[in-house]
Amino acid sequence: MKIALFGNPNTGKSSVFNMLTGLRQQVGNFPGVTVDKKQGSIKTPNEKHELIDFPGTYSFFARSLDEQVVKEVLNDSTHPDYPDAIIYVADAANLERNLLFFSQLYDLGFPIVLVLNMWDRAQQKGLQINLELLQQSFPDAQIVTTNARVSIGKTRILTALDALEKKERAPFLAFDRQQLQSDQEQTLNTNQRLEKIRALGLVQQRNTPAPNKSTRLDQILTHRIYGYLIFSLILLTIFQFIFSFASIPMDFIDGQFVRLSDWCSHVLPEGVLTRLIAQGLIPGIGGVLVFVPQIAILFFFIALLEESGYLSRVVFIMDRLMRPFGLNGKSVVPLLSSVACAIPGIMSARTITDWKERLITIFVAPFMSCSARIPVYTLLISVVIPKTYIGGILSLQGLVLFGLYLLGILFALGTALVLQFLVKNRTSGYHVMELPDYKNPRMSNVGYTVFEKVKVFVTDAGKIIVAISILLWALATYGPSSRTAALKDLHQTQAFKNANETQKQELDNSLLLSQSYIGHFGKWMEPAIAPLGYDWKIGVALLSSFAAREVFVGSLATIYAVGEDSDGQKRLVHKLKEEKNEYGKPTYSLATGASLLVFYVFAMQCMATLAVVKRETQTWKWPLIQLLFMGVVAYLSAFVVFQILV
Amino acid sequence: MMLLLHMSQTLDAISLNELVEISAISNDAIAPKLSEMGLTKGQKIKAIFKAPFGDPIAYEINGNVISMRKEEGMQVEVQMA
Repeated sequence: MKIALFGNPNTGKSSVFNMLTGLRQQVGNFPGVTVDKKQGSIKTPNEKHELIDFPGTYSFFARSLDEQVVKEVLNDSTHPDYPDAIIYVADAANLERNLLFFSQLYDLGFPIVLVLNMWDRAQQKGLQINLELLQQSFPDAQIVTTNARVSIGKTRILTALDALEKKERAPFLAFDRQQLQSDQEQTLNTNQRLEKIRALGLVQQRNTPAPNKSTRLDQILTHRIYGYLIFSLILLTIFQFIFSFASIPMDFIDGQFVRLSDWCSHVLPEGVLTRLIAQGLIPGIGGVLVFVPQIAILFFFIALLEESGYLSRVVFIMDRLMRPFGLNGKSVVPLLSSVACAIPGIMSARTITDWKERLITIFVAPFMSCSARIPVYTLLISVVIPKTYIGGILSLQGLVLFGLYLLGILFALGTALVLQFLVKNRTSGYHVMELPDYKNPRMSNVGYTVFEKVKVFVTDAGKIIVAISILLWALATYGPSSRTAALKDLHQTQAFKNANETQKQELDNSLLLSQSYIGHFGKWMEPAIAPLGYDWKIGVALLSSFAAREVFVGSLATIYAVGEDSDGQKRLVHKLKEEKNEYGKPTYSLATGASLLVFYVFAMQCMATLAVVKRETQTWKWPLIQLLFMGVVAYLSAFVVFQILV
Repeated sequence: MMLLLHMSQTLDAISLNELVEISAISNDAIAPKLSEMGLTKGQKIKAIFKAPFGDPIAYEINGNVISMRKEEGMQVEVQMA
């Protein structure tokens, strides 16, 4: 049987899902939309079933994208996800409102199990629920009580599933979904339902409840000074982890893949296939896995914040500040994470339920200067910006670096400002949001989230990244047959003969890259980039750094035949400063350097970001628009900067 | 009647910790959303704290805490409970 899991948000629905399926779950998307679909298998005493977790919604009548999915599936009995039965999770401490959606599903005629979850919290709040009366009001439903956070109630749910049977039933309240089309009719039906549910008198307050601890905490956490201070500290901690500490496992992964690649080249027989594996495929896979630490760390924190109930307070205190930009309070986390890396940043935009706000966040996130830009920035700054101090203290180089970060942030916000008028809204934006009680995060739920996000990245975005990196590798490694002649000519030169072995290798590599397909392409497009102040060598570095921005430095090192070690960096800076153009002027003038810096602030020089945007928007449309837009902005601003400074 | 009209306010304007009763919800696009969240005529509601710039505002209704922007609160008419 196909069983759907429904319920309001904040009812512990995902705890119930995790409790029922354990690790036998996988994440996908509902067809055609960017709403996560978690699926897993469950076994009742009698049968094996498939369980599908639907997004948490308050009602059958759809407004947000998430709710649309629920309505579409339930209205179409031929839909592949149309359920045979339903498990409905309700917050026992908040029963009456939770029964609204339940009663709608009940009246649609589905065999249904009503799970009264968080039973302990209802008790703590001094609420007494008349289960007998509840059963009388919904005679065909199976009712069970659970405490999924501490894994209590699994067998009860499974046994109740076996007891379900499909039969005609009298509705709780007439519910003809064909007739309830307009907002007014829907509101009227909802109000009647709520009134009828409340009139049942299911819940009695036994004793006066203890003062709400959450409200007391909120006095501090949403305070106009402490609230922002605490949020800043949390962000700073997250940032510290993904920016600094993540580099330890990242360097390790990087190192292991370099070793694996070397090992393959030595062990496997020399040939095209070996080179493809050792230099194309293995670095490609390494290029995917290197992002895993940052993704895992960011989602560990986000899951923690979400589980605890704090994330909705972030929306609450940031809403007023982000609203003018068409962004959500939750956009703060993705945007700031993007300063470390846009990949986990964009993935974390999933927490934003409004599609338009999510899309704008995804679209502007790559404008934030990520850590891959740092090697490019520092190289170019040390080449073209003099090492002077303004007023004896303020480093000019540092000031330029700061300016580049600021430029990215301002442009991201400016783009968001414009986009909110351009992006059509699929649903009306509103901010009527529940602030759930604070809870201790359940670590297994956090673990599931981290695992699931890493898996989705590696399997979905990973394929695209590996494919593009192999393509770029092939274009940079292979070239027209004229290369062999050029190599022979090089070997005849006096300079080559006088060089030592390492230098010979470097000269060879330089020639091979400049004669490769990418090299030829760089020369071919030189007229197009000349107005920005670039020669074909810079063109080659630009093209190859589409793989990742930091590749720019490595490519220049190869072209100028200097090593890539720490000493090589110094030699590269020296070489670039010495480099002269055809008129005998320095190639890396202030104008060219500044133009390149600005280009890297704006250009989408990152295939992994592209792949992740494709995965998160479920279409090539948005990553391609983004690529084009960022490219045009980068080109035009680099052009303006160069023409002003030259 | 005049007196009653005079006393009615909208949800965005009530002061903190003042218990009020919902008397009407305007026929705005937001109305179905509000009713789903439990805001219906006759329900008691109380503003409990505000975001730093006074907007949005958190309300307590039936033991739930719900946050709403001022423009949304304006759609909800309330009177002294």
